[in-house]
Amino acid sequence: MVVSTEGTGKRARPDSRLPVVIVDDLHVEYKVYATGKRATEADRGGLLRRAKRTRTVHALKGVSFTAYENDSIGVIGSNGSGKSTLMRAITGLTPSSSGAVYAVSRPSMLGVGAALIKTLSGQRNVILGGLAMGLSKREVEERYDEIVDFAGIRPFIDLPMRTYSSGMTARLKFAIATVRKHEILIVDEALAVGDRKFRKRSEQRIREIRDNAGTVFLVSHSMQSIRDTCNRVIWIEKGELMMDGDPDEVISAYEATR
Amino acid sequence: MSSEVDDPQAYGLHRVGGRPPLLKYLRGVAQRRDFIVSLAKFRIEAENQRHRLGMLWIVLKPILEAAVFGLVFGTLMRSTRGVPDFIVFLIIGVFVFEFFSSSFGAGSKAITNNQALVQSLSFPRMSLPISVVTQKFMQLVPTIVLLMVFLLALGHKASLNWFLMVPLLILYYMFCLGLAFITARLTVHLPDLSNLLPFASRFLFYTSGIFFSVDVRFADTPLLLKYVEYQPLYAFLSLARELLLDSDPLYDVRTQFWPILVCWSIGLLIVGTIFFWAAEERYGRVD
Ligand SMILES: Nc1ncnc2c1ncn2[C@@H]1O[C@H](COP(=O)(O)OP(=O)(O)O)[C@@H](O)[C@H]1O
Ligand SMILES: [Mg+2]
Repeated sequence: MVVSTEGTGKRARPDSRLPVVIVDDLHVEYKVYATGKRATEADRGGLLRRAKRTRTVHALKGVSFTAYENDSIGVIGSNGSGKSTLMRAITGLTPSSSGAVYAVSRPSMLGVGAALIKTLSGQRNVILGGLAMGLSKREVEERYDEIVDFAGIRPFIDLPMRTYSSGMTARLKFAIATVRKHEILIVDEALAVGDRKFRKRSEQRIREIRDNAGTVFLVSHSMQSIRDTCNRVIWIEKGELMMDGDPDEVISAYEATR
Repeated sequence: MSSEVDDPQAYGLHRVGGRPPLLKYLRGVAQRRDFIVSLAKFRIEAENQRHRLGMLWIVLKPILEAAVFGLVFGTLMRSTRGVPDFIVFLIIGVFVFEFFSSSFGAGSKAITNNQALVQSLSFPRMSLPISVVTQKFMQLVPTIVLLMVFLLALGHKASLNWFLMVPLLILYYMFCLGLAFITARLTVHLPDLSNLLPFASRFLFYTSGIFFSVDVRFADTPLLLKYVEYQPLYAFLSLARELLLDSDPLYDVRTQFWPILVCWSIGLLIVGTIFFWAAEERYGRVD
Protein backbone atom coordinates (compact mmCIF):
# COMPACT_ATOMS: atom_id res chain seq x y z
CA MET A 1 0.00 0.00 0.00
CA VAL A 2 2.66 2.46 1.01
CA VAL A 3 4.77 1.66 -2.00
CA SER A 4 1.85 2.03 -4.34
CA THR A 5 1.18 5.61 -3.17
CA GLU A 6 4.47 6.52 -4.68
CA GLY A 7 3.75 4.68 -7.86
CA THR A 8 0.41 6.24 -8.73
CA GLY A 9 2.13 8.57 -11.15
CA LYS A 10 0.06 11.49 -9.91
CA ARG A 11 2.85 12.48 -7.58
CA ALA A 12 6.34 11.35 -8.28
CA ARG A 13 8.10 10.57 -5.04
CA PRO A 14 10.28 13.58 -4.26
CA ASP A 15 13.61 11.92 -3.56
CA SER A 16 15.10 14.68 -1.50
CA ARG A 17 12.19 14.80 0.95
CA LEU A 18 11.66 12.21 3.64
CA PRO A 19 8.26 10.78 4.51
CA VAL A 20 6.96 12.09 7.84
CA VAL A 21 3.49 10.55 7.96
CA ILE A 22 2.45 7.28 6.37
CA VAL A 23 -1.22 6.36 6.45
CA ASP A 24 -1.55 2.71 5.55
CA ASP A 25 -4.96 1.32 4.59
CA LEU A 26 -6.62 3.08 7.49
CA HIS A 27 -10.09 2.04 8.61
CA VAL A 28 -11.93 3.70 11.46
CA GLU A 29 -15.22 2.46 12.84
CA TYR A 30 -17.25 4.15 15.52
CA LYS A 31 -19.44 1.95 17.66
CA VAL A 32 -22.22 4.02 19.08
CA TYR A 33 -25.04 3.10 21.39
CA ALA A 34 -28.04 4.00 19.31
CA THR A 35 -30.46 5.78 21.59
CA GLY A 36 -33.05 6.86 19.09
CA LYS A 37 -35.23 4.25 17.50
CA ARG A 38 -34.70 3.57 13.87
CA ALA A 39 -37.72 4.10 11.71
CA THR A 40 -37.98 0.47 10.59
CA GLU A 41 -37.84 -1.08 14.00
CA ALA A 42 -40.82 -1.10 16.28
CA ASP A 43 -40.81 -1.31 20.03
CA ARG A 44 -40.28 -5.05 20.23
CA GLY A 45 -37.74 -6.51 22.59
CA GLY A 46 -37.28 -5.62 26.21
CA LEU A 47 -35.67 -2.60 27.66
CA LEU A 48 -32.36 -4.40 28.12
CA ARG A 49 -32.16 -5.65 24.57
CA ARG A 50 -32.71 -2.23 23.18
CA ALA A 51 -30.21 -0.64 25.47
CA LYS A 52 -27.46 -2.90 24.20
CA ARG A 53 -27.97 -2.28 20.51
CA THR A 54 -25.05 -0.56 18.91
CA ARG A 55 -24.57 0.88 15.47
CA THR A 56 -21.32 0.92 13.64
CA VAL A 57 -20.37 3.97 11.61
CA HIS A 58 -17.64 3.14 9.13
CA ALA A 59 -16.05 6.58 9.00
CA LEU A 60 -12.87 5.72 7.07
CA LYS A 61 -12.70 2.88 4.58
CA GLY A 62 -9.12 2.18 3.67
CA VAL A 63 -7.31 5.49 3.25
CA SER A 64 -3.63 5.44 2.26
CA PHE A 65 -1.19 8.21 1.50
CA THR A 66 2.24 9.46 2.45
CA ALA A 67 3.06 12.99 3.58
CA TYR A 68 6.59 14.33 3.15
CA GLU A 69 8.47 17.02 5.03
CA ASN A 70 7.57 20.54 3.92
CA ASP A 71 4.25 19.31 2.64
CA SER A 72 1.28 21.48 3.32
CA ILE A 73 -1.73 19.34 2.63
CA GLY A 74 -5.24 20.66 2.26
CA VAL A 75 -8.02 18.24 3.20
CA ILE A 76 -11.41 18.78 1.60
CA GLY A 77 -14.72 16.94 1.38
CA SER A 78 -18.34 17.48 2.31
CA ASN A 79 -19.63 17.46 5.89
CA GLY A 80 -19.42 14.07 7.55
CA SER A 81 -17.05 12.68 4.93
CA GLY A 82 -14.48 11.73 7.55
CA LYS A 83 -11.97 14.58 7.48
CA SER A 84 -11.92 15.16 11.22
CA THR A 85 -11.80 11.43 11.82
CA LEU A 86 -8.76 11.14 9.57
CA MET A 87 -7.05 14.00 11.40
CA ARG A 88 -7.76 12.51 14.81
CA ALA A 89 -6.48 9.14 13.63
CA ILE A 90 -3.27 10.80 12.42
CA THR A 91 -2.68 12.25 15.88
CA GLY A 92 -3.43 8.88 17.44
CA LEU A 93 -6.44 10.21 19.33
CA THR A 94 -8.88 7.97 17.48
CA PRO A 95 -7.67 4.39 17.21
CA SER A 96 -7.89 2.59 13.89
CA SER A 97 -9.96 -0.54 13.51
CA SER A 98 -7.48 -1.82 10.95
CA GLY A 99 -4.51 -0.36 9.14
CA ALA A 100 -2.10 2.03 10.82
CA VAL A 101 -0.60 5.49 10.88
CA TYR A 102 3.14 5.98 11.20
CA ALA A 103 4.80 9.31 11.92
CA VAL A 104 8.24 10.67 12.77
CA SER A 105 6.87 12.50 15.78
CA ARG A 106 3.47 12.71 17.34
CA PRO A 107 1.37 15.12 15.24
CA SER A 108 -0.45 17.77 17.22
CA MET A 109 -3.91 19.13 16.65
CA LEU A 110 -4.77 22.74 16.97
CA GLY A 111 -7.24 21.73 19.63
CA VAL A 112 -6.21 23.64 22.69
CA GLY A 113 -9.74 24.98 23.17
CA ALA A 114 -10.86 22.06 25.29
CA ALA A 115 -8.21 22.79 27.89
CA LEU A 116 -9.35 26.34 28.51
CA ILE A 117 -11.71 27.45 31.27
CA LYS A 118 -14.26 29.92 29.96
CA THR A 119 -14.97 31.67 33.23
CA LEU A 120 -11.34 32.62 33.76
CA SER A 121 -9.50 35.57 32.23
CA GLY A 122 -7.65 35.46 28.94
CA GLN A 123 -4.42 35.83 30.88
CA ARG A 124 -5.07 32.68 32.93
CA ASN A 125 -6.08 30.81 29.81
CA VAL A 126 -2.92 31.72 27.92
CA ILE A 127 -0.95 30.13 30.76
CA LEU A 128 -3.19 27.08 31.01
CA GLY A 129 -3.33 26.57 27.25
CA GLY A 130 0.43 26.91 26.87
CA LEU A 131 1.00 24.34 29.59
CA ALA A 132 -1.56 22.03 28.01
CA MET A 133 0.34 22.28 24.74
CA GLY A 134 3.36 20.95 26.57
CA LEU A 135 5.34 24.11 27.25
CA SER A 136 7.04 24.54 30.60
CA LYS A 137 6.02 27.33 32.93
CA ARG A 138 9.10 29.36 32.03
CA GLU A 139 8.49 28.95 28.31
CA VAL A 140 4.92 30.15 28.72
CA GLU A 141 6.11 33.23 30.57
CA GLU A 142 8.67 33.97 27.87
CA ARG A 143 6.16 33.64 25.06
CA TYR A 144 3.25 35.29 26.85
CA ASP A 145 3.51 38.66 25.10
CA GLU A 146 3.96 37.04 21.73
CA ILE A 147 0.76 35.02 22.19
CA VAL A 148 -1.29 37.99 23.37
CA ASP A 149 -0.07 40.22 20.56
CA PHE A 150 -0.63 37.63 17.87
CA ALA A 151 -4.17 37.09 19.13
CA GLY A 152 -4.61 40.86 19.24
CA ILE A 153 -6.66 40.81 22.43
CA ARG A 154 -4.44 42.77 24.79
CA PRO A 155 -7.18 45.24 25.86
CA PHE A 156 -9.41 42.32 26.90
CA ILE A 157 -6.81 40.03 28.40
CA ASP A 158 -8.09 40.50 31.97
CA LEU A 159 -11.72 39.77 31.09
CA PRO A 160 -13.22 36.30 31.41
CA MET A 161 -13.01 34.31 28.20
CA ARG A 162 -16.75 33.79 28.10
CA THR A 163 -17.12 37.47 27.23
CA TYR A 164 -15.03 37.09 24.06
CA SER A 165 -16.60 36.93 20.63
CA SER A 166 -16.18 33.67 18.73
CA GLY A 167 -13.62 35.32 16.48
CA MET A 168 -11.57 36.54 19.44
CA THR A 169 -11.74 33.10 21.01
CA ALA A 170 -10.57 31.47 17.80
CA ARG A 171 -7.69 33.92 17.54
CA LEU A 172 -6.60 33.25 21.08
CA LYS A 173 -6.75 29.49 20.58
CA PHE A 174 -4.77 29.68 17.37
CA ALA A 175 -2.16 31.94 18.96
CA ILE A 176 -1.73 29.58 21.91
CA ALA A 177 -1.66 26.43 19.82
CA THR A 178 0.92 27.62 17.31
CA VAL A 179 3.31 29.10 19.83
CA ARG A 180 5.06 25.79 20.18
CA LYS A 181 7.25 24.40 17.43
CA HIS A 182 5.28 21.73 15.65
CA GLU A 183 6.85 19.22 13.34
CA ILE A 184 3.47 18.05 12.20
CA LEU A 185 0.53 20.37 12.74
CA ILE A 186 -3.13 19.73 12.05
CA VAL A 187 -5.55 22.60 11.64
CA ASP A 188 -9.16 21.41 11.49
CA GLU A 189 -11.51 24.24 10.49
CA ALA A 190 -9.95 26.53 13.07
CA LEU A 191 -9.52 29.57 10.87
CA ALA A 192 -13.04 29.89 9.54
CA VAL A 193 -14.41 32.17 12.28
CA GLY A 194 -11.66 34.78 12.34
CA ASP A 195 -11.84 38.01 10.38
CA ARG A 196 -9.92 38.57 7.15
CA LYS A 197 -6.89 40.13 8.77
CA PHE A 198 -6.56 37.28 11.22
CA ARG A 199 -6.98 34.71 8.49
CA LYS A 200 -4.13 36.23 6.50
CA ARG A 201 -1.93 36.28 9.57
CA SER A 202 -2.67 32.71 10.51
CA GLU A 203 -2.12 31.50 6.96
CA GLN A 204 1.23 33.26 7.10
CA ARG A 205 2.05 31.39 10.27
CA ILE A 206 1.11 28.08 8.69
CA ARG A 207 3.46 28.82 5.80
CA GLU A 208 6.22 29.60 8.29
CA ILE A 209 5.74 26.27 9.99
CA ARG A 210 5.87 24.53 6.64
CA ASP A 211 9.00 26.41 5.61
CA ASN A 212 10.73 25.37 8.85
CA ALA A 213 10.64 21.76 7.69
CA GLY A 214 7.25 21.23 9.27
CA THR A 215 4.29 19.45 7.74
CA VAL A 216 0.82 20.93 7.92
CA PHE A 217 -2.62 19.44 7.35
CA LEU A 218 -5.28 22.07 6.80
CA VAL A 219 -8.94 21.06 6.84
CA SER A 220 -11.00 23.88 5.42
CA HIS A 221 -14.06 24.68 3.41
CA SER A 222 -12.41 27.81 2.10
CA MET A 223 -10.87 26.82 -1.22
CA GLN A 224 -9.11 30.18 -1.23
CA SER A 225 -7.28 29.42 2.04
CA ILE A 226 -6.29 26.05 0.67
CA ARG A 227 -5.00 27.47 -2.61
CA ASP A 228 -3.02 30.10 -0.70
CA THR A 229 -1.34 27.72 1.74
CA CYS A 230 -1.22 24.21 0.34
CA ASN A 231 0.97 22.49 -2.21
CA ARG A 232 -1.16 19.37 -2.24
CA VAL A 233 -4.80 18.51 -1.64
CA ILE A 234 -6.51 15.34 -0.45
CA TRP A 235 -10.21 14.89 -1.17
CA ILE A 236 -12.17 12.57 1.11
CA GLU A 237 -15.72 11.52 0.37
CA LYS A 238 -17.81 9.04 2.44
CA GLY A 239 -14.67 7.76 4.13
CA GLU A 240 -12.77 7.08 0.92
CA LEU A 241 -9.88 8.88 -0.66
CA MET A 242 -11.24 10.31 -3.92
CA MET A 243 -8.22 12.20 -5.13
CA ASP A 244 -4.76 13.25 -4.00
CA GLY A 245 -2.62 15.72 -5.87
CA ASP A 246 -2.15 19.23 -7.16
CA PRO A 247 -4.48 21.76 -5.46
CA ASP A 248 -5.96 23.23 -8.63
CA GLU A 249 -6.72 19.84 -10.15
CA VAL A 250 -8.29 18.37 -7.04
CA ILE A 251 -10.25 21.49 -6.16
CA SER A 252 -11.76 21.78 -9.63
CA ALA A 253 -12.70 18.09 -9.62
CA TYR A 254 -14.27 18.57 -6.17
CA GLU A 255 -16.15 21.68 -7.20
CA ALA A 256 -17.45 19.94 -10.32
CA THR A 257 -19.40 17.56 -8.05
CA ARG A 258 -21.08 20.35 -6.09
CA MET B 1 2.08 -7.11 5.73
CA SER B 2 5.65 -7.18 6.93
CA SER B 3 6.99 -5.20 3.99
CA GLU B 4 4.46 -2.45 4.71
CA VAL B 5 5.53 -2.27 8.32
CA ASP B 6 9.21 -2.38 7.49
CA ASP B 7 8.96 0.55 5.16
CA PRO B 8 7.91 3.21 7.72
CA GLN B 9 10.53 2.00 10.14
CA ALA B 10 13.25 2.43 7.54
CA TYR B 11 12.58 6.16 7.73
CA GLY B 12 12.41 6.23 11.50
CA LEU B 13 8.62 6.45 11.63
CA HIS B 14 6.68 5.03 14.55
CA ARG B 15 3.13 3.96 14.91
CA VAL B 16 1.14 6.78 16.51
CA GLY B 17 -1.12 6.35 19.48
CA GLY B 18 0.82 3.49 21.01
CA ARG B 19 1.19 3.26 24.77
CA PRO B 20 4.71 4.05 25.96
CA PRO B 21 6.41 1.73 28.47
CA LEU B 22 5.51 2.48 32.08
CA LEU B 23 8.67 4.33 33.11
CA LYS B 24 8.71 6.50 30.02
CA TYR B 25 5.03 7.18 30.59
CA LEU B 26 5.64 8.29 34.17
CA ARG B 27 8.44 10.57 33.02
CA GLY B 28 5.95 12.12 30.61
CA VAL B 29 3.56 12.67 33.50
CA ALA B 30 6.32 14.30 35.54
CA GLN B 31 7.06 16.66 32.67
CA ARG B 32 3.44 17.78 32.80
CA ARG B 33 3.56 18.77 36.47
CA ASP B 34 3.15 22.48 35.76
CA PHE B 35 0.04 21.74 33.75
CA ILE B 36 -1.34 19.44 36.44
CA VAL B 37 -0.86 21.99 39.23
CA SER B 38 -2.11 24.96 37.21
CA LEU B 39 -5.19 23.10 36.09
CA ALA B 40 -5.95 22.28 39.74
CA LYS B 41 -5.36 25.87 40.89
CA PHE B 42 -7.34 27.46 38.09
CA ARG B 43 -10.26 25.12 38.61
CA ILE B 44 -10.44 26.10 42.26
CA GLU B 45 -10.32 29.72 41.19
CA ALA B 46 -13.05 29.20 38.59
CA GLU B 47 -15.23 27.36 41.09
CA ASN B 48 -15.05 30.12 43.66
CA GLN B 49 -15.00 33.08 41.34
CA ARG B 50 -18.75 33.19 40.92
CA HIS B 51 -19.27 33.60 44.65
CA ARG B 52 -19.11 36.85 46.58
CA LEU B 53 -17.03 35.27 49.32
CA GLY B 54 -14.71 33.65 46.78
CA MET B 55 -11.96 31.46 48.19
CA LEU B 56 -13.41 31.78 51.69
CA TRP B 57 -15.82 29.03 50.72
CA ILE B 58 -13.01 26.50 50.85
CA VAL B 59 -13.16 26.77 54.66
CA LEU B 60 -16.77 27.88 55.03
CA LYS B 61 -18.20 24.74 53.47
CA PRO B 62 -16.65 22.23 55.88
CA ILE B 63 -17.57 24.46 58.83
CA LEU B 64 -21.20 24.49 57.77
CA GLU B 65 -21.08 20.78 57.18
CA ALA B 66 -19.70 20.14 60.64
CA ALA B 67 -22.37 22.41 62.11
CA VAL B 68 -25.14 20.40 60.44
CA PHE B 69 -23.72 17.07 61.56
CA GLY B 70 -23.06 18.39 65.03
CA LEU B 71 -26.66 19.47 65.30
CA VAL B 72 -28.09 16.24 63.91
CA PHE B 73 -25.88 13.67 65.59
CA GLY B 74 -24.90 15.58 68.68
CA THR B 75 -28.30 16.78 69.83
CA LEU B 76 -30.99 14.93 67.87
CA MET B 77 -29.55 11.41 67.71
CA ARG B 78 -27.36 11.57 70.80
CA SER B 79 -24.56 9.55 69.30
CA THR B 80 -22.18 11.34 71.63
CA ARG B 81 -22.31 8.32 73.93
CA GLY B 82 -18.85 7.58 75.26
CA VAL B 83 -17.12 10.28 73.28
CA PRO B 84 -15.53 13.10 75.21
CA ASP B 85 -15.08 16.30 73.21
CA PHE B 86 -17.72 15.20 70.74
CA ILE B 87 -17.63 18.42 68.71
CA VAL B 88 -13.91 18.18 68.08
CA PHE B 89 -14.18 14.47 67.40
CA LEU B 90 -16.87 15.12 64.83
CA ILE B 91 -15.18 18.06 63.14
CA ILE B 92 -11.92 16.23 62.62
CA GLY B 93 -13.88 13.32 61.17
CA VAL B 94 -15.90 15.48 58.81
CA PHE B 95 -12.97 17.61 57.63
CA VAL B 96 -10.68 14.67 57.01
CA PHE B 97 -13.33 12.54 55.34
CA GLU B 98 -14.34 15.39 53.04
CA PHE B 99 -11.08 14.99 51.07
CA PHE B 100 -11.79 11.33 50.48
CA SER B 101 -15.37 11.79 49.37
CA SER B 102 -14.68 14.76 47.08
CA SER B 103 -11.64 13.24 45.42
CA PHE B 104 -13.38 9.87 45.14
CA GLY B 105 -16.37 11.48 43.45
CA ALA B 106 -14.51 13.81 41.12
CA GLY B 107 -11.60 11.43 40.53
CA SER B 108 -13.83 8.74 39.11
CA LYS B 109 -15.07 11.22 36.52
CA ALA B 110 -11.63 12.62 35.70
CA ILE B 111 -11.61 11.10 32.23
CA THR B 112 -15.31 10.88 31.41
CA ASN B 113 -15.91 14.53 32.31
CA ASN B 114 -13.03 15.67 30.12
CA GLN B 115 -13.77 13.82 26.91
CA ALA B 116 -13.32 16.89 24.74
CA LEU B 117 -9.88 17.53 26.18
CA VAL B 118 -8.87 13.89 25.89
CA GLN B 119 -9.96 13.84 22.26
CA SER B 120 -8.21 16.98 21.16
CA LEU B 121 -4.82 17.07 22.87
CA SER B 122 -2.28 14.36 23.43
CA PHE B 123 -0.74 14.22 26.89
CA PRO B 124 -0.47 11.40 29.41
CA ARG B 125 -4.07 10.92 30.54
CA MET B 126 -2.90 10.25 34.06
CA SER B 127 -2.47 14.02 34.37
CA LEU B 128 -6.24 14.38 34.68
CA PRO B 129 -6.94 12.25 37.78
CA ILE B 130 -3.76 13.60 39.38
CA SER B 131 -4.96 17.13 38.76
CA VAL B 132 -8.38 16.43 40.25
CA VAL B 133 -7.02 14.81 43.41
CA THR B 134 -4.42 17.58 43.74
CA GLN B 135 -7.20 20.14 43.47
CA LYS B 136 -9.10 18.49 46.31
CA PHE B 137 -5.89 18.23 48.33
CA MET B 138 -5.26 21.94 47.88
CA GLN B 139 -8.71 22.48 49.34
CA LEU B 140 -8.01 20.13 52.24
CA VAL B 141 -4.85 21.80 53.50
CA PRO B 142 -6.44 25.13 54.52
CA THR B 143 -9.22 23.28 56.33
CA ILE B 144 -6.65 21.36 58.36
CA VAL B 145 -4.96 24.62 59.30
CA LEU B 146 -8.36 26.01 60.25
CA LEU B 147 -8.92 22.91 62.36
CA MET B 148 -5.72 23.55 64.27
CA VAL B 149 -6.69 27.17 64.90
CA PHE B 150 -10.05 25.95 66.13
CA LEU B 151 -8.43 23.46 68.50
CA LEU B 152 -6.21 26.15 69.95
CA ALA B 153 -9.22 28.42 70.39
CA LEU B 154 -10.98 25.65 72.33
CA GLY B 155 -8.05 25.44 74.67
CA HIS B 156 -6.31 22.36 73.30
CA LYS B 157 -2.56 22.48 73.33
CA ALA B 158 -0.44 22.25 70.22
CA SER B 159 2.01 19.39 70.35
CA LEU B 160 4.91 18.08 68.33
CA ASN B 161 2.58 15.35 67.13
CA TRP B 162 0.92 17.91 64.93
CA PHE B 163 3.92 17.69 62.62
CA LEU B 164 3.07 14.04 62.03
CA MET B 165 -0.02 15.28 60.22
CA VAL B 166 2.30 15.98 57.27
CA PRO B 167 3.25 12.33 56.59
CA LEU B 168 -0.31 11.29 57.39
CA LEU B 169 -1.74 13.67 54.80
CA ILE B 170 0.84 12.57 52.25
CA LEU B 171 -0.21 8.95 52.77
CA TYR B 172 -3.83 10.04 52.51
CA TYR B 173 -3.10 11.82 49.22
CA MET B 174 -1.37 8.73 47.80
CA PHE B 175 -4.27 6.57 48.89
CA CYS B 176 -6.88 8.74 47.22
CA LEU B 177 -4.75 9.11 44.11
CA GLY B 178 -4.38 5.36 43.69
CA LEU B 179 -8.09 4.96 44.17
CA ALA B 180 -8.85 7.70 41.62
CA PHE B 181 -6.67 5.95 39.02
CA ILE B 182 -8.72 2.80 39.46
CA THR B 183 -12.16 4.40 39.48
CA ALA B 184 -11.31 6.79 36.61
CA ARG B 185 -10.50 3.84 34.38
CA LEU B 186 -13.43 1.71 35.54
CA THR B 187 -15.85 4.54 34.84
CA VAL B 188 -14.57 4.73 31.26
CA HIS B 189 -15.40 1.06 30.73
CA LEU B 190 -18.63 1.22 32.65
CA PRO B 191 -20.20 4.70 32.79
CA ASP B 192 -23.00 3.43 35.03
CA LEU B 193 -20.45 3.26 37.80
CA SER B 194 -20.66 7.01 38.31
CA ASN B 195 -24.18 6.39 39.65
CA LEU B 196 -23.04 3.64 42.02
CA LEU B 197 -19.88 5.12 43.49
CA PRO B 198 -21.66 7.82 45.55
CA PHE B 199 -23.34 5.00 47.45
CA ALA B 200 -20.02 3.36 48.19
CA SER B 201 -18.79 6.70 49.43
CA ARG B 202 -21.81 7.13 51.65
CA PHE B 203 -21.46 3.61 53.03
CA LEU B 204 -17.90 4.40 54.04
CA PHE B 205 -19.06 7.64 55.59
CA TYR B 206 -21.46 5.81 57.88
CA THR B 207 -19.07 3.01 58.83
CA SER B 208 -15.84 4.91 59.43
CA GLY B 209 -16.75 6.26 62.83
CA ILE B 210 -17.16 9.86 61.87
CA PHE B 211 -20.00 10.75 64.21
CA PHE B 212 -19.77 7.90 66.71
CA SER B 213 -16.99 6.03 68.41
CA VAL B 214 -16.45 2.71 66.69
CA ASP B 215 -15.05 1.13 69.86
CA VAL B 216 -18.15 1.97 71.84
CA ARG B 217 -20.73 1.30 69.16
CA PHE B 218 -19.27 -1.94 67.77
CA ALA B 219 -18.06 -3.25 71.13
CA ASP B 220 -20.35 -6.29 71.10
CA THR B 221 -19.90 -7.10 67.40
CA PRO B 222 -16.35 -8.46 67.02
CA LEU B 223 -16.75 -8.93 63.27
CA LEU B 224 -17.40 -5.23 62.74
CA LEU B 225 -14.51 -4.32 65.00
CA LYS B 226 -12.27 -6.54 62.91
CA TYR B 227 -13.52 -4.91 59.69
CA VAL B 228 -12.89 -1.47 61.06
CA GLU B 229 -9.40 -2.39 62.14
CA TYR B 230 -8.22 -2.82 58.55
CA GLN B 231 -10.53 -0.26 57.01
CA PRO B 232 -8.11 2.43 55.83
CA LEU B 233 -10.45 5.39 56.20
CA TYR B 234 -11.12 4.58 59.81
CA ALA B 235 -7.37 4.36 60.31
CA PHE B 236 -6.82 7.76 58.68
CA LEU B 237 -9.50 9.37 60.84
CA SER B 238 -8.29 7.73 64.03
CA LEU B 239 -4.69 8.69 63.48
CA ALA B 240 -5.67 12.26 62.68
CA ARG B 241 -7.61 12.40 65.95
CA GLU B 242 -4.78 10.83 67.87
CA LEU B 243 -2.23 13.26 66.49
CA LEU B 244 -4.35 16.33 67.01
CA LEU B 245 -5.76 15.43 70.46
CA ASP B 246 -3.06 13.46 72.18
CA SER B 247 -4.09 14.57 75.62
CA ASP B 248 -7.08 12.27 75.77
CA PRO B 249 -6.63 8.53 76.43
CA LEU B 250 -9.58 7.58 74.19
CA TYR B 251 -7.67 8.98 71.27
CA ASP B 252 -4.53 7.15 72.19
CA VAL B 253 -5.01 4.86 69.25
CA ARG B 254 -2.93 1.83 68.44
CA THR B 255 0.19 2.71 66.50
CA GLN B 256 -0.24 -0.34 64.27
CA PHE B 257 -2.39 1.91 62.10
CA TRP B 258 0.75 3.45 60.62
CA PRO B 259 2.08 0.30 58.91
CA ILE B 260 -1.45 -0.58 57.79
CA LEU B 261 -1.82 2.80 56.14
CA VAL B 262 1.62 2.72 54.58
CA CYS B 263 0.72 -0.62 52.99
CA TRP B 264 -2.65 0.58 51.80
CA SER B 265 -1.35 3.83 50.33
CA ILE B 266 1.73 2.53 48.57
CA GLY B 267 -0.05 -0.62 47.44
CA LEU B 268 -3.06 1.19 46.06
CA LEU B 269 -0.90 3.79 44.33
CA ILE B 270 1.21 1.15 42.58
CA VAL B 271 -1.76 -0.99 41.58
CA GLY B 272 -3.72 2.06 40.46
CA THR B 273 -0.85 3.45 38.41
CA ILE B 274 -0.36 0.23 36.49
CA PHE B 275 -4.08 -0.34 36.09
CA PHE B 276 -4.62 3.16 34.71
CA TRP B 277 -1.59 3.11 32.41
CA ALA B 278 -2.59 -0.26 30.92
CA ALA B 279 -5.66 1.29 29.29
CA GLU B 280 -3.97 4.51 28.11
CA GLU B 281 -4.96 3.94 24.49
CA ARG B 282 -8.57 3.40 25.47
CA TYR B 283 -9.32 6.81 26.95
CA GLY B 284 -9.67 8.84 23.77
CA ARG B 285 -12.02 6.39 22.19
CA VAL B 286 -15.62 7.39 21.84
CA ASP B 287 -17.42 4.04 21.97
N1 LIG C 1 -17.45 10.54 17.99
C1 LIG C 1 -18.17 9.97 17.01
N2 LIG C 1 -19.01 8.96 17.28
C2 LIG C 1 -19.71 8.37 16.31
N3 LIG C 1 -19.69 8.72 15.03
C3 LIG C 1 -18.87 9.73 14.68
C4 LIG C 1 -18.07 10.41 15.66
N4 LIG C 1 -17.36 11.37 15.04
C5 LIG C 1 -17.70 11.29 13.74
N5 LIG C 1 -18.60 10.32 13.52
C6 LIG C 1 -19.19 9.94 12.23
O1 LIG C 1 -18.15 9.72 11.31
C7 LIG C 1 -18.43 10.30 10.08
C8 LIG C 1 -17.32 11.27 9.71
O2 LIG C 1 -17.35 12.36 10.59
P1 LIG C 1 -16.23 13.49 10.61
O3 LIG C 1 -14.91 12.84 10.52
O4 LIG C 1 -16.47 14.39 11.76
O5 LIG C 1 -16.55 14.27 9.25
P2 LIG C 1 -16.05 15.69 8.72
O6 LIG C 1 -15.03 16.21 9.66
O7 LIG C 1 -15.52 15.39 7.37
O8 LIG C 1 -17.25 16.57 8.64
C9 LIG C 1 -19.80 10.95 10.20
O9 LIG C 1 -20.75 10.07 9.64
C10 LIG C 1 -20.01 11.08 11.67
O10 LIG C 1 -21.37 10.92 11.99
MG1 LIG D 1 -14.96 18.01 10.78
